[in-house]
Amino acid sequence: MISIGLEGSANKLGVGIISHPLGKPALVLSNIRHTFVSPPGEGFLPKDTAKHHRSWVVRLVKQAMAEAGVKVSDVDCVCYTKGPGMGAPLQGVAIAARMLSLLWGKELVGVNHCVGHIEMGREITGAQNPVVLYVSGGNTQVIAYAEQRYRIFGEALDIAVGNCLDRFARTLRISNDPAPGYNIEQLAKKGKVLLDLPYAVKGMDCSFSGILASIDILAAELEANPQWKDPITGDTITTADLCFSLQETVYAMLVEITERAMAHVGSNQVLIVGGVGSNERLQEMMGLMARDRGGNVFATDERFCIDNGIMIAHAGLLAYETGFTTPLEESTCTQRFRTDEVFVKWRD
Amino acid sequence: MEVPTAIPAIEPVAEQPTESVPRPSIFKHPSASPPQLVTQGAEALLYRSTYLLPTLPCALKYRPSKPYRHPILDARLTKHRILSEARVLAKCRREGVPVPGVYALDESTGWLMIEWIEGEVVRIRLNEWLKRRKDAGIEEGVDDAELVGLMGRVGAAVGRMHAVGVVHGDLTTSNLMLRPFSKKTVNGDALAEDNILDGEIILIDFGLASQSMQDEDRAVDLYVLERAFGSTHPRAEGLFKEVLVAYGKSFKGAPVVLKKLEDVRMRGRKRSMLG
Repeated sequence: MISIGLEGSANKLGVGIISHPLGKPALVLSNIRHTFVSPPGEGFLPKDTAKHHRSWVVRLVKQAMAEAGVKVSDVDCVCYTKGPGMGAPLQGVAIAARMLSLLWGKELVGVNHCVGHIEMGREITGAQNPVVLYVSGGNTQVIAYAEQRYRIFGEALDIAVGNCLDRFARTLRISNDPAPGYNIEQLAKKGKVLLDLPYAVKGMDCSFSGILASIDILAAELEANPQWKDPITGDTITTADLCFSLQETVYAMLVEITERAMAHVGSNQVLIVGGVGSNERLQEMMGLMARDRGGNVFATDERFCIDNGIMIAHAGLLAYETGFTTPLEESTCTQRFRTDEVFVKWRD
Repeated sequence: MEVPTAIPAIEPVAEQPTESVPRPSIFKHPSASPPQLVTQGAEALLYRSTYLLPTLPCALKYRPSKPYRHPILDARLTKHRILSEARVLAKCRREGVPVPGVYALDESTGWLMIEWIEGEVVRIRLNEWLKRRKDAGIEEGVDDAELVGLMGRVGAAVGRMHAVGVVHGDLTTSNLMLRPFSKKTVNGDALAEDNILDGEIILIDFGLASQSMQDEDRAVDLYVLERAFGSTHPRAEGLFKEVLVAYGKSFKGAPVVLKKLEDVRMRGRKRSMLG
């Protein structure tokens, strides 16, 4: 069976086509993406992002179909992101999916964005039953599967980790191209001095807004006093040190809550998904933790970590194969759609 | 106190090949029994050893340095957690909250020696109980007085801890021990355990605990426990309200905390939204 997936819950518009050959691993036929990049110092507004998606979606669908080399008659269903995400961009993509469904006479499948990430990560890495760390600009969750649902063990109590990084990038007015988090990662590689930041872990939950406020204060201090020196080593403190301190602190928190969930459910596999999951320092830290527990870490590269259409096509097709469809009248989208609301019929 | 002639042997857990950092000297101390690994938690390794006398069992909690963490951050967290755990345990003990007593510690090398608690964690007992019922074909909500009783004891224990100004920070069913009530004997034989949910609740693992009287912190504590219940024991989730009922009666400020818990729950639900 073959499905096409449309994703546009945030600033990336993705279209992917996947095939599930009987008894074989899934086959990615095409997976393309176009990102709405806002100017430095600014985030992406829902209105502009939706406009971007609307103007690109037809082009991307055509390109994906051509790249995959499939005919409309080969496609079994049209999958789209039902939520969670930003309202206006979600709506734009849902309209495109409805249009394709009516135009081609195919069934619609509404997909939970988070479940899309998890299923694609499992498919690509072959991780069987891992603890999942889902980290992106909008979500921070530690998830494990139990009895037909992806259950959330821990999550951010306020802003998502990616949002913390994105907003600090705005404070520093560094480029949002290709992604603010990527540019912070590059800067952090040059950092050496670890500045004191709050460390906010509460059980398996964590909090990032206080850290963002603190690092913003430090950035303002640095701007006021560019000659600021570390009192112990005497090194001059730079913005690279701020990025380094921020990354070291928030990733240590993420690895810690993941480790706690692993100890709690008795698993030694961990899968990292979501845009922040493409950060190599996070992957490295997670690997060190997993090694000490006698396990291993699974991560994917930016093609599958960062929002994409193929994961929606994949998770949608898994549901479609169990008989799940979304009738046109119910093909809505929603900003709030928790991972554990989805009944996972396709797993034991 | 009843002093056993020798501490009973336990099944040691195979140790994972871990870091090359040398163990603190407590591990080779001549007066202590060689520590046997009991469990590898998230942050700490738990060993069983003895304290002062070869007949007095103790738990040795060792926080090895985490290779993934920056050394400065690692040292800061380890020191802070060992000290705050010991302070909180001492305070709870003084105020009559059921926790293990503190014997010794060294925050710079990262270990804490505490009283050994017999029994099993609630998570294991509860899962065993749920499994037995499932196998016997008993439906949810039928004949569950044992579970209601356990939930009540959990709520009361958490309430007692909050009443003295301590919040746990990591309440899960893995951090609640069930210590068997002193064994009833008939003709010298121990009675067969027919109710595996019996026992006194002992709160353990105060590694993330802090001292706070704020309703917000207490409510977050309850929220963490509620979520852990839901995700670890989905089939017992319906009875979590019994924990809250018992909690509500446990100290004067408890009803306010329960009110606050509703706010915290609402916040938690928003999480699926973009920040």
